[in-house]
Amino acid sequence: MEVVFLTFILVLAISLGFELISKVPATLHTPLMSGANAISGITLAGALLSAGAQSEQMATILGTAAVAFATINVVGGYLVTDRMLAMFKSKSESGR
Amino acid sequence: MNIDLIANFSYIVAALLFIVGLKMLGSPATARRGNWLSSVGMLVAVTAGLFNKGIITYDWIIVGMIVGAIIGATAARLVAMTSMPEMVALFNGFGGIASLLVGWAALFGVTTDFTVVTICLAMLIGGLTFTGSLVAFAKLSELINSKALVFPGQRFFNGLLLIAIIAIAVLFYMEPAVDSKFLYALIGLSLLLGIMAVIPIGGADMPVVISLLNSYSGIAACAAGFAINNNILIVAGSLVGASGIILTKIMCKAMNRSLANVLFSGFGAVKTGKAIEGVVKPINVEDAYYILEAATNVSFVPGYGMAVAQAQHVVKELGKILEANGCEVSYAIHPVAGRMPGHMNVLLAEADVPYEQLLEMDEINPRIETVDVAIVIGANDVVNPSARTDEDSPIYGMPIIDVDKARTVFVLKRSMASGFAGVPNPLFFGENTRMLFGDAKESISGVIAEFS
Repeated sequence: MEVVFLTFILVLAISLGFELISKVPATLHTPLMSGANAISGITLAGALLSAGAQSEQMATILGTAAVAFATINVVGGYLVTDRMLAMFKSKSESGR
Repeated sequence: MNIDLIANFSYIVAALLFIVGLKMLGSPATARRGNWLSSVGMLVAVTAGLFNKGIITYDWIIVGMIVGAIIGATAARLVAMTSMPEMVALFNGFGGIASLLVGWAALFGVTTDFTVVTICLAMLIGGLTFTGSLVAFAKLSELINSKALVFPGQRFFNGLLLIAIIAIAVLFYMEPAVDSKFLYALIGLSLLLGIMAVIPIGGADMPVVISLLNSYSGIAACAAGFAINNNILIVAGSLVGASGIILTKIMCKAMNRSLANVLFSGFGAVKTGKAIEGVVKPINVEDAYYILEAATNVSFVPGYGMAVAQAQHVVKELGKILEANGCEVSYAIHPVAGRMPGHMNVLLAEADVPYEQLLEMDEINPRIETVDVAIVIGANDVVNPSARTDEDSPIYGMPIIDVDKARTVFVLKRSMASGFAGVPNPLFFGENTRMLFGDAKESISGVIAEFS
């Protein structure tokens, strides 16, 4: 039953993703991509358990590396997206 | 109250923030707040993850997070806007490897038949995203030749590789163990597949590849979510996966090619198109000035060459001068101009061009006849009229910006060398075309100097 439940979530989320993104104008494609990229660093939320469960040494090593890589993805992704978006100005703003 | 329950409710809040954040990324006016909301969602999800009762020690989590945060923040701060495609490629790769590692680590816990399958998927997709992104990064930053690398038997080899991966995954599934030699083989071959998948793709097709890798990084996170039974990974991962696929589709459509065609054939290797005869009419900076001075409607058409020459600031300066001169100025941007979707828009935004002036191909083409001067800067294939006229051309059928229909066209170019695809461009020989040879940045600075 668990599998059905998870697949259900998957299907709904994918349809929602299609619906959300197809309306984004071309101007914002780069920030959209790097913003979405930051979201894919969500693996971090799962990596925490592997890094902290203290089961086997190998699992801890793998988990810690995963935490580090995913954090780069999250922190770097959001910051760089923000940096880009800060530059997008409308006509009234750019005159100042 | 049950901690797991609280965590799962927090995940719902996080998912909602991601969704609203992505929606707000759809308009320039709200995009920045949207990104901020999405980062709050991430904070909520990670905080909930930290309270997982399976976590015994925080030492290694803290180490990993500090190292990652320092690297990520430094990279995000220092990267030049022109290098954004490389940066995004690299971040994609890191997302991929993280999913691979999470999948791998999940093997040390309790596994069922279903989780073993999803662990295999997380490692396969995560691994190929990682090495594929590294190759894309190396190509984009010119560490390796950005041309398509094609060798005889390539498809056969890749097909064989894929079959081998499936076979090994099945063998591993039958006897999953953390020290299984099939496990290492699976990881190794997945990494190899990523390299093999991206080397036959040339620089000009990079917008498609980056979008696709973006999608893969989401799907990998999704697979990792299935492996460790975590809802938020599944939801967020599939949102990203879907967004990457949509962008990939848009990019393919803008090149009039199928995804299969982009992925499996080195571009330009098949047909060469008709040779073109004609006279090239070069002009100098002074003549360009006289024409622009009299123009009332000017449209800039940037391409990857503008990024290479770092010319976006002088372009904007010239645009401002022309506006002060009573001229209407716009920037016409082809969907695949540059090395990633929206690449040119970011560069022009950096130079402080208001986004209202950035026009998409479909907006400029219907009124291109009213444009007095179209200034093509470092773009080639996306303004090549043989895409409309020459059925033998490899880019035939690709939608282009019809600059040849403008009253006058300036083409800023270093030399007469053909574009990336090696396709001859009849635009250069057009009746109304004037070639302004030299470095784009210097040429435009020269014109600006004439105005003052």
